[in-house]
Amino acid sequence: MSLWEYANPRKFMALSGAVLPFAAAGTAIALVVGLAWGFFFTPEDYRQGSTVKIIYIHVPSAMVAINCWLMMLVASLVWLIRRHHVSALAAKAAAPIGATMTVIALATGAIWGQPMWGTWWAWDPRLTSFLVLFLFYLGYMALWAAVDNPDTAAELTSVLCIVGSVFAVLSRYALVFWNQGLHQGASLSLDKEENVADVFYWPLLIAIAGFVGLFVTLLLVRTRTEVRARRLQALMARERMG
Amino acid sequence: MEVRVEDLAIVRGGLRVLEGVSFRLPSARALVLRGPNGIGKTTLLRTLAGLQPADAGRVVPGPDAMAYASHADGIKATLSVEENLRFWARLHGTASITAALRDFNLETLAERPAGSLSAGQKRRLGLARMAVTGRAVWLFDEPTISLDADSVALFAAAVGRHLEVGGSAVIATHIDLGLAGADVLDLAPYKAAPPEHGHDFHEAFL
Amino acid sequence: MMALIARDLALSVRAGGGFGLALAFFLIVVTLTPFAVGPESATLSTIAAGILWLGALLACLLSLDRILALDYEDGALELLATAPIPLEGVAAAKALAHWITTGLPLTLAAPAFGVLLNLPAPGYVWLTLSLAIGTPALSVIGTFGAALTVGLKRGGLLLSLIVLPLYVPTLIFGAEVARRGAEGQGLAGLSTPFALLGGITLATIALLPFASAAAIRINLR
Repeated sequence: MSLWEYANPRKFMALSGAVLPFAAAGTAIALVVGLAWGFFFTPEDYRQGSTVKIIYIHVPSAMVAINCWLMMLVASLVWLIRRHHVSALAAKAAAPIGATMTVIALATGAIWGQPMWGTWWAWDPRLTSFLVLFLFYLGYMALWAAVDNPDTAAELTSVLCIVGSVFAVLSRYALVFWNQGLHQGASLSLDKEENVADVFYWPLLIAIAGFVGLFVTLLLVRTRTEVRARRLQALMARERMG
Repeated sequence: MEVRVEDLAIVRGGLRVLEGVSFRLPSARALVLRGPNGIGKTTLLRTLAGLQPADAGRVVPGPDAMAYASHADGIKATLSVEENLRFWARLHGTASITAALRDFNLETLAERPAGSLSAGQKRRLGLARMAVTGRAVWLFDEPTISLDADSVALFAAAVGRHLEVGGSAVIATHIDLGLAGADVLDLAPYKAAPPEHGHDFHEAFL
Repeated sequence: MMALIARDLALSVRAGGGFGLALAFFLIVVTLTPFAVGPESATLSTIAAGILWLGALLACLLSLDRILALDYEDGALELLATAPIPLEGVAAAKALAHWITTGLPLTLAAPAFGVLLNLPAPGYVWLTLSLAIGTPALSVIGTFGAALTVGLKRGGLLLSLIVLPLYVPTLIFGAEVARRGAEGQGLAGLSTPFALLGGITLATIALLPFASAAAIRINLR
């Protein structure tokens, strides 16, 4: 049995329906544990005080915001190459989640940045990249909303997603060139020396798992809605043909 | 050049409208498409012209042998009649437009901006474009809309001349053009059945 | 393809073709800038290079929906798709015609507008060069946006929303060249953004017509 079988909407609905409660429960546990541990059971940073705790929302949401676009890129390619409808609908369903995560990352970044850097907003390359990423999400969603025919919309948005990905990466490097920023380097990496301190590490990891779970859960729910909407359209079209 | 259409299925708005369409059109013959509104005449012509992919079946020769005239003529109002026609001729690598101007009685209008033409005159200009494409198979979608009786005769004569030199034409029309060598194809029998389960990917949602 | 470029140029200079609108818009942006930021020549000269780039970019954006929409409405785009030249060629020719009628005049007018904004003397050469090299990318990217939105009734605003994020890298490198030039940095100081700007333009010219043609094909279906 091949993986592609789940691209069939009916199989997808059956599987996703079965997985959804577990995904939701796992997400809830990871979020509660990660955030509670992070907020209440970690020491305050000796320089940043309690402000550092926003890291448990800021970093996970930022990671999801970027990887959501990657997921949309893969889904778009799958749609263009193998023409699986669920793939196109999943990309459509993911965009608002990604956009929301981008806004959360920007907002928490501003709240964190105010006491740290003394300003709500700075044209730091990473902040600016997120703003640009948000614009990409907006354009992508607007194109989906503007095209009537769902298959045409899927194709056009897929093309936009692929071209947009190239330009998003280009923008990222252009922005680094444009202004060397305030941000610290990577907070998490395999190289232990560069990591945040251990006490922050585990709750952060769990919070990230929670956000990824949240993304997956929301994505499943939204994709199921899109599949149902398409099913409704197909039924109505059949009705018209009589 | 013979046109062969085999078991063609065409899609409009994500649903099959026609299936199992098959016909042969030898050179020097014309085929008149008939059928009620919405049966898919325009979609069939667009599929033949290569503007949209067929859902199944095949068409020989490919779109490179077809010239397509839709409802819209692509006429630029600020260019003169001659400039409009010469543009399409250059695009198709045809040297001369005099024959096309003559055939559709546009010689006296050649210098006029196309925007000042009447609807019928514009239509004639749009049809004259077919003559400068140099292609063997002409596809017409309701070509006689807004043409008067004389112009219809002019059009029929032009198509007749095209057939005489070995070309062919597929024409979706409801009026009798009086063409010698025209066959009629009624599309109603090819109307696609409403989709059943597991039929093709659109029904994956049903 | 030459026929198509020639026709588009003829159409744009005739009545209602919109030639010169972008230039007038550019002039208006340049005129309004001092009203917004104040008339001090020191302020103006620091922001002149950036404002001129931004103004040129917005002026370019203004005419994008004419690239394909008119041909779509009157059926010419459909006929072009059945013509013997590939649709990729059509997209490239359309972008070139747009650049000749928009990007080129903007580039040539920019030094004159630079005087109005008190652009420092060493900036003129680099402003003109960066626009000359950067504006073709704006036309090609814009054609892609126009191709995506060509089937839509009111695609204008959506077109801007889609195209503007794609303009970010071009604007950054283009304006950087002009800015560093205005600061008096010679070739040594601005060769990196200059090369990157040229690279973006060449890459978009080479690749984006394929994406544009794909989008047009989808929209014509």
